[in-house]
Amino acid sequence: MMLLWLLLIPLACGILAWLSERLHPNLPRLISLAGLTVPLGMASASWFNSREGFLFSGGPWLAEVSFPWIPHWGVSIHLAMDGMSLLLVVLTFFLGCISVVSSWTEVKERVGFFHLNLMAILTGITGVFLAIDLFLFYFFWELMLVPMYFLILLWGHENRRHAAMKFFIFTQMGGLLMLLSILGLYFIHGGISGEYTFDYSRLLGTPVGAIPAFWLMMGFVAAFAVKLPVVPLHTWLPDAHTEAPTAGSVILAGLLLKTGAYGLMRFAVPFFPSAAASVAAPAMVLGVIGILYGAVMTFSQTDMKRLVAYTSVSHMGFVLLGIFAWNTIALQGVIMQIICHGIGTGALFVIVGILQERVHTRDMERMSGLQAQAPRMAGVAVFFALASLGLPGLGNFVGEFLVLLGAVRISIPITAAASAGLIFATVYSLWMIQKVFHGPALTRPGREAAAISDLSLRESFVLGVMIVSLVWLGLFPQPVLDTAGIGIDNVRRAHASAGEHRQPQPEVISRGGVHAGR
Amino acid sequence: MPAGDVLALLPLVSVACCAVLVLVVLALRGGHGLVAALTLLGLAASLVSLVGLYKAVPLRMPPLFVIDGAALLYMALICGAGIVVTALSYGYLKERSPEPGEYYLLLLLAVVGAMVLAAAGHFVTFFLGIEILSVSLYALTGYTRLREKSVEAAMKYLILAAVSASFLLFGMALVYARFGTMVFSEIAGRFGQSSTDYLTLAGTVLIIIGVGFKLGLVPFHMWTPDVYEGAPSPVAAFIATVSKGAVFALLIRYFGPLIPEQTGALFLVFSLVSAASMFTGNLLALLQDNVKRILAYSSISHMGYLLIAFLAGTRQSASAGFYLAAYFITTLGAFGVITVLSGRERDADRMEDLEGLAWRSPWLAAVLTAMLLSLAGIPLTAGFIGKFYVMKAGAGASLWLLIAALAVNSVIGLFYYLRIVAALFRQGSPGLPLSAVSLADHAVMAVLVFLLVWLGVDPGALVRLIERTVSLV
Repeated sequence: MMLLWLLLIPLACGILAWLSERLHPNLPRLISLAGLTVPLGMASASWFNSREGFLFSGGPWLAEVSFPWIPHWGVSIHLAMDGMSLLLVVLTFFLGCISVVSSWTEVKERVGFFHLNLMAILTGITGVFLAIDLFLFYFFWELMLVPMYFLILLWGHENRRHAAMKFFIFTQMGGLLMLLSILGLYFIHGGISGEYTFDYSRLLGTPVGAIPAFWLMMGFVAAFAVKLPVVPLHTWLPDAHTEAPTAGSVILAGLLLKTGAYGLMRFAVPFFPSAAASVAAPAMVLGVIGILYGAVMTFSQTDMKRLVAYTSVSHMGFVLLGIFAWNTIALQGVIMQIICHGIGTGALFVIVGILQERVHTRDMERMSGLQAQAPRMAGVAVFFALASLGLPGLGNFVGEFLVLLGAVRISIPITAAASAGLIFATVYSLWMIQKVFHGPALTRPGREAAAISDLSLRESFVLGVMIVSLVWLGLFPQPVLDTAGIGIDNVRRAHASAGEHRQPQPEVISRGGVHAGR
Repeated sequence: MPAGDVLALLPLVSVACCAVLVLVVLALRGGHGLVAALTLLGLAASLVSLVGLYKAVPLRMPPLFVIDGAALLYMALICGAGIVVTALSYGYLKERSPEPGEYYLLLLLAVVGAMVLAAAGHFVTFFLGIEILSVSLYALTGYTRLREKSVEAAMKYLILAAVSASFLLFGMALVYARFGTMVFSEIAGRFGQSSTDYLTLAGTVLIIIGVGFKLGLVPFHMWTPDVYEGAPSPVAAFIATVSKGAVFALLIRYFGPLIPEQTGALFLVFSLVSAASMFTGNLLALLQDNVKRILAYSSISHMGYLLIAFLAGTRQSASAGFYLAAYFITTLGAFGVITVLSGRERDADRMEDLEGLAWRSPWLAAVLTAMLLSLAGIPLTAGFIGKFYVMKAGAGASLWLLIAALAVNSVIGLFYYLRIVAALFRQGSPGLPLSAVSLADHAVMAVLVFLLVWLGVDPGALVRLIERTVSLV
C-alpha cells in the first residue's frame, strides 16, 4: 500500500497546490514541499527500518502491490520496490524537495500550475521506478513527458519552444520503439505460454530466438539510450537542460536521465541476456565515447548552464560503461554514480540558477571574479566542481571508481580510455570555477560593478544539505552499496534465470578485438 | 414486412421519422430551438433503440441489411456524434444563419445515410447510404453560403464526390457482372476462386477508389483539407467523424471477408494505402498554418492508422471500433473548441486565433490541449489506449512494418500537435476576442473531456463491451 501512497500523495498535493494559488502565492510551494517530504520520509523510513528485514526476506521485493487494471489484456497496476528502486525513489523525492525550494523565488508567474507540473513529473518518475507491469511502465514513461514539456515551454529561457519540442520528440521516438518491443515480447510470451500478460516477472525468461531478441532489445535500448543519453542520441539534452527553469534542469539531470539507466538495468538486459551480451562491447565503447566527447564538448561551452549540461553527457558515459560491464561491483558503482550525479549536478544547476537570478546571464564571458562579492557561493561552487571531477572522499568518486573497477575486469583498454575522462573532468571543472569566480571583477561598461548578494539562508540551506549528502555518500557509502547490492542481486538473478544460457562476456568482448580481462 | 423487421430497423426509422417531423415543423415555421430539440430527441431515441436491440442481435434482414453487433456499435457511434454535432451547431447557427432550420433536416438525413451504410449488406443499401450521406453533406458544406470558402468547398466536394460515386457504381456493376449477386456475403463466398480475374479486379479497384475517396485515404485525399477549411466547423466535425466512420464500418463489412489472411494483392493494396496515408497526412500537416487544415491532414493519417486495425483481420476488429470511438471523441472535441471560439465572420481556425488562449480561457485551452494530446496518443487520453490497441492488433497479426510506420508517424504528428499546444500557451499575444460560450457548449465539452480521460484511464469496460458487441455476428 505504501507504494501507492508514494504515487498518490505527490499527485494529490500537486493538484492542491494548483488550486491553492488563488489563496496565497506561497501556498503552492508549501503544499508541494509537504507533498514531497512526506513520501521522502516514508521511503527513507522503510529503508532504515527494514534493512535487516528485507536483507533476509528472500523474496525479490521489499514491498509489492497489485491491482487489476485492464484484465482483458493482462494489464495490472503492479508496483514493487527492491533495493535499487528504493534508492532511486528516495533520490526522486529528495531532488523534488530541492527543486521546489530552489525555485522559490525564481518562479513568479503561474506558481500553482508550475507546481502541478512539477509534482506530475515527479509522480511519473516515481511510477517509472516502481512499475513492474510493462504497460504501466510505459504509461508512466510517457506521462512524465507532458508536464516536463510544459515546464520547459512555459517557464524556460529564451529558446524554450525549440528545446521543449526537441525534448518531447526525441523521447517520444524512443518510447514508441520501446512500445513496439513490449508488444513483441507480449505476443511471443503469449504465443508460447498461452498467457498474455505484461507482468515483468512472468515475462522474464521468455525464450526468444536470437534475431528477434536482438531487435526487441534494441527497441528497449532505443528508449533508454535516448534518455540516458548515449552519445549520438544526446542532442536534445543540452538544449532541454539549458532552456529549462532551474527546477526543470535539476529534475532532468538528476532524475529523468536516471530512468534510462534504470530501464537498462531493470528491463533491457535481464529480458534479453544473450542479446545484451552480444552488444556489450560496442555499448561500452559508446560509453567511453560519451565520456570523452561529453568532456570535450563541456570544455568548449561558454554558456554556464550548457556546460553543466554537457558534464551530464560525460558522466552518463560511466553509467553506460558500468551497466554493460554487468558485474556486481560495476553495477553498484552505477547506482552510486546515479545518486551522486543527481545530487552533484543538481547542485550545479541550482548554483547556475542562483547566478542567473543575480547576474541575469549565463554567459561565462560576462562573469568574472564573483568570489570577491559572493565568497560563500564561490566556496560551494568549488565544492561541487570538485565533486563533479571525482575528488576522493565525495560520492562521485566512489561511483566512478567502482564502475572502473568493474569494467577493468572486462576490458583494460576500454577502462583506460574511460579513466582519461577523469582528467578531462578536472580540466573543465576547474576551468569553469576559474572563469566565473576568480580573476578580476568584471565591470560592465557604463555601470558600476553590480553588487551581487551572497547566498541567502534558503539557498545556503539547500546547498548545505546537498553538500552533507555528498560527503556522507563519499565517506560512508556502505549502506547505499548494501541496499543497491540487494537490488542488483535481484536483477542479476532475473538476468541469470532468463532462460537461455548466457555466453561468458569476456569471450564476446575478445571477439570484438578487445583484450579479455581476468 | 414483419413486425420484427420494423423493430430491428427502429434506429433508422426513428431518425428518418424525425427528419419528416422536422420538415413539417419547418413548414409550420417552427423556431430554431424547437427544431434543434426535435433533432436531439430523434437522435436520442435512435440511440436508445440501439441499446434495446443489443440483446436481440444478430438480426438478418436479407438481402439489404445486416444488423449485427458491429452495425450496432457503429450506428451508436454515429448517433452519439450526431448528437454532439447538433448541440454544437445550435450555438454556431444562432449567430450566423438567418434560416437555420433546414440545417437540422440535412443533418438528420446525413445521419440516416451513415447508419444505412453501417448496416448495409447489399450494394443497393451501400450506394443508397453513401448517396444520402453525400447529398446532405454537399448542402451542409455550403450552408454558410455567404462565405466564399464555404461555397468553394461545397463545389469541390460535390464534383469530386460525384466522380467518385460514379467510380463506385461502375465498380459495383463490374462485380455484379462477374458474380451475379449484390449481397456482400455471397460475393465474399465466390470471391476467393476468382480474385485474379480481370473483371473482379477492375470492379474491386473501382470500389476501393470510391470508398477511399470517402475516407480521404491517399491518393484520394485531395478534397479533405479544402472541405474541412471551407465547411462550417460543426459540419467539418461531422464529415471527419460520422461520414468517415460510417464508410469505415462498410469497409470492414465488405472488404474484411475478402481478405481472410494477411496476404494477396488486396492486402498489399490496402497496406500501401495505409502507409501512404500515414506519411502523406502527417508530412503535409507540417506545412499548414490553418488549424482546420491541420486537423484535415491529421485525419488522413488517422485513417491510415485505422486501416492497420482493419488489416489485422476480422478477429481484431474490436480495436478498430475502439480507435474509432476515441477518434470520434477527440475530433469532436477539437472541432468543438474551434466552433465555440469562432466569430461571426469566419471560423477561428488560424494559428493566431488560438495564440495565448490558455491565458484568456484556460478551460477551452485545456480541452483543446487534451484533444490534441489524445490525437498524438499521449497517456491518460483515449487516443493513447486507441493507438495502443491498434498497435496491439497489428502486432498480433505480425504487421510489424505497418506498426513501425505508425510509430514513426506518431512522432512526426507530434510536431504539429505540439505546435498548436505551444501556440495556445504563448504569452503576450492579443488573439481573437472571445465570444460568450453557452452553457450547452460547455456541457458538451465537459462530457467529451470526461469520456476522453475515462477511456484513457479505465478502458477495460469499453474494450470488453466492444469485443463482445463485434463478436455478435
